[in-house]
Amino acid sequence: MFLLIVAVVQILPLIWLLFFSLKNNQEVFNLPPLALPTEPKWENYVKVWTEGNIGQYFFNSVFVTGSAVILTVLLASFVTFAITRMKWRFNKLVLGLFMVGLMIPVHSTLIPLFNFFLNVNLMDHPLSIILTYTAFNLPITIMILLGFYYTLPREVEEAAIMDGCSIHRMFFQIILPMTAPVLATTAIINMIYNWNEFVFVNTFISSDKYKTLTVGIQNFIGQYSTDWGAIGATLMISIIPILIVFFILSNRIVEGITSGSVKG
Amino acid sequence: MDRVMSDKKVIALYVLPAFLLLLILVYVPIVLTGYYGLMNWDGIGEMEFIGLSNYIALLSDSMFWRSAYHSLLLAVFSVLSLGAYLLVSVILAGNIKGANLFRKIYLIPMLLSSVAIAQLWMRIYHPSSGVMNRFLTAIGIENPPLWLADSSIVLFAIIIPIIWQYAGFYILIYYAALKNIPNELVEAARIDGANPWQIAYKIKLPLISGVIKVTIVLAVVGSLKYFDLIYVMTEGGPNGASEVMASYMYKQAFSTNDFGYGSAIGFFLLVICLVVTWLIRKVTASKEDEVQY
Repeated sequence: MFLLIVAVVQILPLIWLLFFSLKNNQEVFNLPPLALPTEPKWENYVKVWTEGNIGQYFFNSVFVTGSAVILTVLLASFVTFAITRMKWRFNKLVLGLFMVGLMIPVHSTLIPLFNFFLNVNLMDHPLSIILTYTAFNLPITIMILLGFYYTLPREVEEAAIMDGCSIHRMFFQIILPMTAPVLATTAIINMIYNWNEFVFVNTFISSDKYKTLTVGIQNFIGQYSTDWGAIGATLMISIIPILIVFFILSNRIVEGITSGSVKG
Repeated sequence: MDRVMSDKKVIALYVLPAFLLLLILVYVPIVLTGYYGLMNWDGIGEMEFIGLSNYIALLSDSMFWRSAYHSLLLAVFSVLSLGAYLLVSVILAGNIKGANLFRKIYLIPMLLSSVAIAQLWMRIYHPSSGVMNRFLTAIGIENPPLWLADSSIVLFAIIIPIIWQYAGFYILIYYAALKNIPNELVEAARIDGANPWQIAYKIKLPLISGVIKVTIVLAVVGSLKYFDLIYVMTEGGPNGASEVMASYMYKQAFSTNDFGYGSAIGFFLLVICLVVTWLIRKVTASKEDEVQY
């Protein structure tokens, strides 16, 4: 019973959001908050999608999120492979530096990063956020990968080398496919983080052409400050993709979040 | 085999791209933040070296201390809410039907962006048409609070959605840790006559103390650097009543264009986060050693 109440509390605000995204102002103000709209106003969704830049923001979010996820997972796999499977002197030190990165608040790096991107002409360029996301997500990604890499049997590598396989081919054709399940987990964790990221985009990106959904909706809602249906529809559009991903892949997400934090 | 696996060129090729990114975009900036803190600089013009002036000014800046106090308050409430999350997890882990479904439902707010959550809660707190006040009026409370416009309660009005947002995350972590406890230990205690509360308090809690420690660090450090929700909902207002360290830093740098002073705050934030992490680990370390088995 207690658990049910907690579940209702967690979900109720979102149900209310869904309801008012389908109402007009008159219904929002006059009907009880959790009453169904007399007739769903799907035109709220059509309006915000066609009138503003939501489509563009949406595409930017997909592009930035996707690029950063691929880059992060690939680079993190390289590093984790070199640290756990190869023999060299400073591997523990390098690993330590990546792990300390977990504790660094992004705000403490914001001003120098702003200055840096200004100087290398990447200000207001998607690359600035893609690279920043990658750098800041590498530590957690490597941490999740580590546990999995330690359990990989060494015999596979030995056999591959005996057969004259080059180390690069071994990495791409044997190790990477073997780590597919954990790669999926890390990719999802990265995806959720990047899709929702706010402060870097808000600081580095100024033109509508490159804004992502989180920052885009923030500005967009300003124009509709009194149209609750339009605001609701905008918010719903920004959260639906992540909810769909969650419903399809919830087990992996749950697993990723636990493996990403319990070991810390 | 060994020769192939210790090829220096391959190692450099695999490690350097990621390492350079980390160095250039994380480590060099934190050093530069400390350095910029020594400058009088508007972000565009020439930097002027002014020594420790910014850091000294920070010490007597009442608005900064107020924001630090708000961050601390946020941290205290976050840690207190961990107790509630733990209680939910203990019940959830007790062979409840549908536990899997529950923990997934709990997690949903955590997946949404802070901007969406902030915008949603601004509607919830809306003075006349928000659900909160419509509910309060319906149960007979006249003149319900103005939530985000009232400087005496705005901070609490912001803490509620934060607790809501992260509930599922911490419940999930505790749940996983509790499920990892070997059943034999719980069974043995039960045979010895321990009741469910004794089992939870004397056996399960000590066994997951390592995880509790991690969540305390996460909650405290997360609170100290908290920004998004507050920035969107109130911008630190009204009159600085919900200003926190990160939002104050952001304002000083990007609204007031005092990048030197903003950097000093940023550096302070970094030092606090590292020190607090170290302190919590140190304080809780001995406790954990006792229950090691």
